[in-house]
Amino acid sequence: MNDHAIVVQDLTKRFGKFTAVDHVSFNVRRGEIFGFLGANGAGKSTTIRMLCGLLSPTSGRASIGGHDVTTQPEQVKLNIGYMSQRFSLYDDLTVEQNIRFYGGVYGLQNDRLEERMAWVLKMADLKGREGSLTKTLSGGWKQRLALGCAILHQPRIVFLDEPTGGVDPISRRNFWELINQLSDQGITVLVTTHFLDEAEYCNNIILINAGKLIAGGTPSQLKRDYIVHPILEVTCQKVVDALEIVRAQPWVLEVSVFGTRLHVMVKDEHEGASQLSALLAAPTFGLGTIQRIVPSLEDVFLYLLDRDDGGKA
Amino acid sequence: MYRLLRPIIIKEFRQIRRDPTSLGMLLVLPTALIIFVGYALNFDVKHVPLVIFDQSKTAESRELLEKFKRTDLFDYKFDVQGYEEIEQLFLHRQATIAVVVPKAYADDVLAGRDVRIQLLVDGSDGNTGGQAVANASRITAEYSTRLAVDAIARMGGRSYIPIDFQPRVWYNPDLLSRQFLVPGLIGFILVLTAVISTSMTVVREKERGTMEQIMVSPLRPIQVIMGKTLPYLLISLLGATAILILGYVLFDIHVRGSLIVLYGGILLIVLGALGQGLLVSTVTDSQQVAFLISVFSSLLPSFLLSGFIFPVSSMPLVLQLLSNLAVNKFFLVVVRGVMLKGVGIDVVWPQFVYMGIFAALMLGISTRRMQKRAA
Repeated sequence: MNDHAIVVQDLTKRFGKFTAVDHVSFNVRRGEIFGFLGANGAGKSTTIRMLCGLLSPTSGRASIGGHDVTTQPEQVKLNIGYMSQRFSLYDDLTVEQNIRFYGGVYGLQNDRLEERMAWVLKMADLKGREGSLTKTLSGGWKQRLALGCAILHQPRIVFLDEPTGGVDPISRRNFWELINQLSDQGITVLVTTHFLDEAEYCNNIILINAGKLIAGGTPSQLKRDYIVHPILEVTCQKVVDALEIVRAQPWVLEVSVFGTRLHVMVKDEHEGASQLSALLAAPTFGLGTIQRIVPSLEDVFLYLLDRDDGGKA
Repeated sequence: MYRLLRPIIIKEFRQIRRDPTSLGMLLVLPTALIIFVGYALNFDVKHVPLVIFDQSKTAESRELLEKFKRTDLFDYKFDVQGYEEIEQLFLHRQATIAVVVPKAYADDVLAGRDVRIQLLVDGSDGNTGGQAVANASRITAEYSTRLAVDAIARMGGRSYIPIDFQPRVWYNPDLLSRQFLVPGLIGFILVLTAVISTSMTVVREKERGTMEQIMVSPLRPIQVIMGKTLPYLLISLLGATAILILGYVLFDIHVRGSLIVLYGGILLIVLGALGQGLLVSTVTDSQQVAFLISVFSSLLPSFLLSGFIFPVSSMPLVLQLLSNLAVNKFFLVVVRGVMLKGVGIDVVWPQFVYMGIFAALMLGISTRRMQKRAA
């Protein structure tokens, strides 16, 4: 219990008849990067908003750094940082004015405020632009400034809700370096994303679908536990036509499209490969190579979501 | 407490300074309105265009008509020669009132018989027409009394007027409508600008997501509300002061009573209006909707229902009851009483109580609604 920064038990939120979050339970260890994955509308943001005290849960409980979110919201708020996809900054204030405002809201003053401001400016690479209006900054800069403002008060636990939405790939990579640095300092980071490549950076992951938790574990655990069968990557020119035919075969366990390639899950690597090359032999498919690949998290999640939705239908 | 309020207050002032529209609304609108209302919005009925149809054309009739020509209540245009001409002048809006003197006027007056003077009025503008009739009647009555006194004297009797009616108007001796309107304008402008500006500033933060960011901080909703309203309270007080100074400089309108009582009233109505603006901001997330609701909920009641222009006592009963929702109605009693009559708190305390209840309700409900969304 003590090495858990976040403990969530049966957390549920209903809006009228709609259940947005349905008995979700998970634990987050101190200092880890915890990925919270799911499609848009799956209940990620609602969960985070309950953990930050922005929404009250319908039932269940959650404790953040040992403080209960419903009974001790003030302590929770002092110990967390929160940053959302909207990069909640004042566009009509300068960089420095934004930092001073959020610092003041958390009660930072004098030397401590100056010190933290210098830290944020360095971290966000905004030195020399203190006087720029925030609306003139590009997405990546705004993103780092928003993160800086969210952790000015040096919280031990940080919630990042889709922090990489709407920024370019280089900014995204830089941002993950910052997240790693926070984690190295012992700060617990809970991050939601729908970029599955980002999930590989996380120590632990949970996947939520339609308000329910459907899987959890480390990235390698998830791959090992759910992808027990080999996955073959097939390159061909008519991906869509090939998909139709491959999907209909009884010996195919799972198939999904990745750009110009198909990922096909079969029971046996060699038998599957020969069956596939026979099936797609016709020149119209323009078959290229067939080879076994190490499964990615994307394979895992497409498999899990497919299984979950299939179970409901 | 203040340590946590300060960042919001500073930030709010910085944003107001950067936003020319809100600054314009808070400072230019009051100035423009007072000049507009003071000079243009005038109910005083003077210089009503007058024509005369004198069928008698005698020294006696000219003596009577001279009374009409020598007052600034009427502007004598010219003599006409018939009723058709009067009608044409009324239709073309060249005359509003016509005095018709009968042919036998001089003979009848000299013989001591009753005479009839006819007054024709264009009543399409009821207010002007009504006041013109009253003014004309008064002029004629005065002249008639003099004729009677003279007649009695000629017959050797002692002059005797049964009733000497002496109207004396207090507080606004010249019966100027701007004396009545300009103080009322203070409440109207304060309510309008305070409701609109607070609702817009809160909803703007909701649209940008910064409100959410503040809500995850240790600030309590009451601190957020105070931090956001105090700057607007201060600006509203400045606006009210500007109106008082302009009213004094341009229109010679003094504050006869206590400035402390007056500012106490201003403080209460602004607090109520700020609360109303916050309440509006809790029911919508869009600036457009917030603006519309603010304008409807502040402009209409404080303009139409409050007694600012139209007296509440002459409204139908339903509207009279509704008028109690317009906080400006109570402020008007205070501001007119203190400025024009010099009354003190001993007279207007019930209005203070009502405005206090209104402000407490508005601020209380909006704080609760904000807390509910947050916690």
